[in-house]
Amino acid sequence: MTVNVWVPRDAGALALGAEATARRLVAAARAAGTDIRPRRNGSRGMYWLEPLVEIECGAGRVGYGPVNEHDVDGLVAAGMLRGEPHALCIGPVDRHPWLASQQRLTFARVGRTEPLDLGEYVANGGYRGLRRALEIGPAATVTTVADSGLRGRGGAAFPTGVKWQTVLDQPGAEKYVACNADEGDSGTYSDRMLMEGDPYSLIEGMTIAGVAVGATRGYIYLRVEYPHARETLHAAIVRARAAGYLGRDLMGSGLEFDVELRIGAGAYICGEETSMLESLEGRRGEVRVRPPLPAHKGLFGAPTVVNNVITLATVPFIVAEGATAYRDHGQANSRGTLPLQLAGNVLHAGLVERAFGLTLRELLYDYGGGSASGRPIRAAQVGGPLGAYLPASQFDTPLEYEAFAAIGAMLGHGGVVAFDDTVDMLAMARHALVFCAQESCGKCVPCRMGSVRGAEALDRVARGVDRDGNLALVEEICDTMTHASLCGLGGMAPAPVLSAMKHFGEDFQRPGPGR
Amino acid sequence: MTTESTAGRIDSATRDQIVTIVARHAQQRAPLIEILHDVQSTLGFVPDGAVPLIAGELNLSRADVHGVLTFYHHFRNKPPGRRVVKLCRAEACQAMNSRALEAHLRQRLGIGFGETTADGGITLEAVDCLGLCACSPAAMVGAEVHGRLTPERLDELLRSAGPEVTP
Repeated sequence: MTVNVWVPRDAGALALGAEATARRLVAAARAAGTDIRPRRNGSRGMYWLEPLVEIECGAGRVGYGPVNEHDVDGLVAAGMLRGEPHALCIGPVDRHPWLASQQRLTFARVGRTEPLDLGEYVANGGYRGLRRALEIGPAATVTTVADSGLRGRGGAAFPTGVKWQTVLDQPGAEKYVACNADEGDSGTYSDRMLMEGDPYSLIEGMTIAGVAVGATRGYIYLRVEYPHARETLHAAIVRARAAGYLGRDLMGSGLEFDVELRIGAGAYICGEETSMLESLEGRRGEVRVRPPLPAHKGLFGAPTVVNNVITLATVPFIVAEGATAYRDHGQANSRGTLPLQLAGNVLHAGLVERAFGLTLRELLYDYGGGSASGRPIRAAQVGGPLGAYLPASQFDTPLEYEAFAAIGAMLGHGGVVAFDDTVDMLAMARHALVFCAQESCGKCVPCRMGSVRGAEALDRVARGVDRDGNLALVEEICDTMTHASLCGLGGMAPAPVLSAMKHFGEDFQRPGPGR
Repeated sequence: MTTESTAGRIDSATRDQIVTIVARHAQQRAPLIEILHDVQSTLGFVPDGAVPLIAGELNLSRADVHGVLTFYHHFRNKPPGRRVVKLCRAEACQAMNSRALEAHLRQRLGIGFGETTADGGITLEAVDCLGLCACSPAAMVGAEVHGRLTPERLDELLRSAGPEVTP
């Protein structure tokens, strides 16, 4: 009997040696005389267990992890290929509490299927959303998305249905769907996991968007730092086109939609939507002044839906299952689920997709298991490099848009980076400004100059030169950046700086390490 | 100034390669960045002499092409070393002590970010997030990604494997 053996090809798993593990497994199985079929999935998102090998047997998919190359022979000798117990065995993967307690709607297939197997995608609910959109037509599709309460998961949290309606209402035949896959925020990797683990869900979501607003062309703007996602997306687009899910006659409907993959070139600012549009048009990624909004005048001057990967990949579920099925998750104005990403100094880092409402403490300790170093978690930065640093006293904040806004923080793209008590918060505050200076597009003065002058002032604080005067100067610069910058980079870079100064003031009052 | 005289800084074989790349993108709308990617993938960098050539082919000004080329961190105008090490310095990796890795590499290789060792062996580049934040600190060595790095593991990676060029 042939045994299905799953080893992830997700970049995170590869970074931990999954390729060598997969090769060794094939050799060890052959030596043991067991016939195996190597399957390659995305990651389940339990990165502390990667490479996580799964064996299909009577008990379901039994997991072993982390399985390094040198563990393989011993595991095979101990009966791994029959799903037998071992110190590295975690039992049936679906029943692992870390996964079983999640509500995986957007990530339903990630880690469970072969990413490029279109038949498997369809067999697991794929393309039911597009079929439904073609049946009910543009207006009803947009209404469904609006009623679901879905908000932009890239970070800005703008209601997706409102954006789509605006583009649908624009006259003219030339419209675009632009997918923002420039996932540059440190601590975030859900876009990458999804593109590598379930690429057709993104392609289907874009196609539904195209059908809904009357666009015939979509662009995926993918960051160059994601070569594995690039390879997977490229292959998926070719296969979807060959099977009639892209092109001139979508699923026999007579409607047209196609997708082109474009690669960024290492500019954080291109995650800002107007900068991304400039880059897609082949120019420097300098932000545009709004209005006009991209929904009115976007790519090549035409009405454009700009959405993040997770937003678009969630659409097929919503259209297939109905607005209520999604809306029933979450609370208040934060509806549905959010794929949270635990990163940095946590014991169990990985992807947690849950309905809105989990507290940061539950995420850090119940899922994360506390710090990796064993020291107390002193700070968590939520929402990427422009997100606030939260002290332990704020860890009981529920992870939802309104609750975070109320404490001057933001959920952003759902990344959470934990730091233990060895962190130097002055250094982190300075890093935020240096990063802003390096990535500023240069178009507006508050961002371009404020970031540089702010970092210089913090350097003086570190040296003990007129601390109070320089800290006051940093606050003043941050105030100007917040209120006078053209876009979110300069406008939000002060958040990590001011939150660090407010909650970790002691780090700004003493000579620190290396100062 | 003509395209011909400035493009003289690249040899005719390189010139042909670039013209072929540009032609490949003839059907694409706004292809400049895609073309620069292909040039860098082929040559390892985008030579200065490519700028007027590409500008001429696309009917853009040299300033347009130069402006794009220098805006994006990914593009280089000098040949890289045989192997490129891209070390992540973003927050999640810092939380797992990537600064120690950076210090180790600077000391061991005697170079900083954006520099190449004297023997042309290794180019060290900074990158802000590889999306490997759940297994930080992370880096790319050549085309391969690596997570949970230690100074010892980095040394091992630099010692093993033969010469390699990453676009």
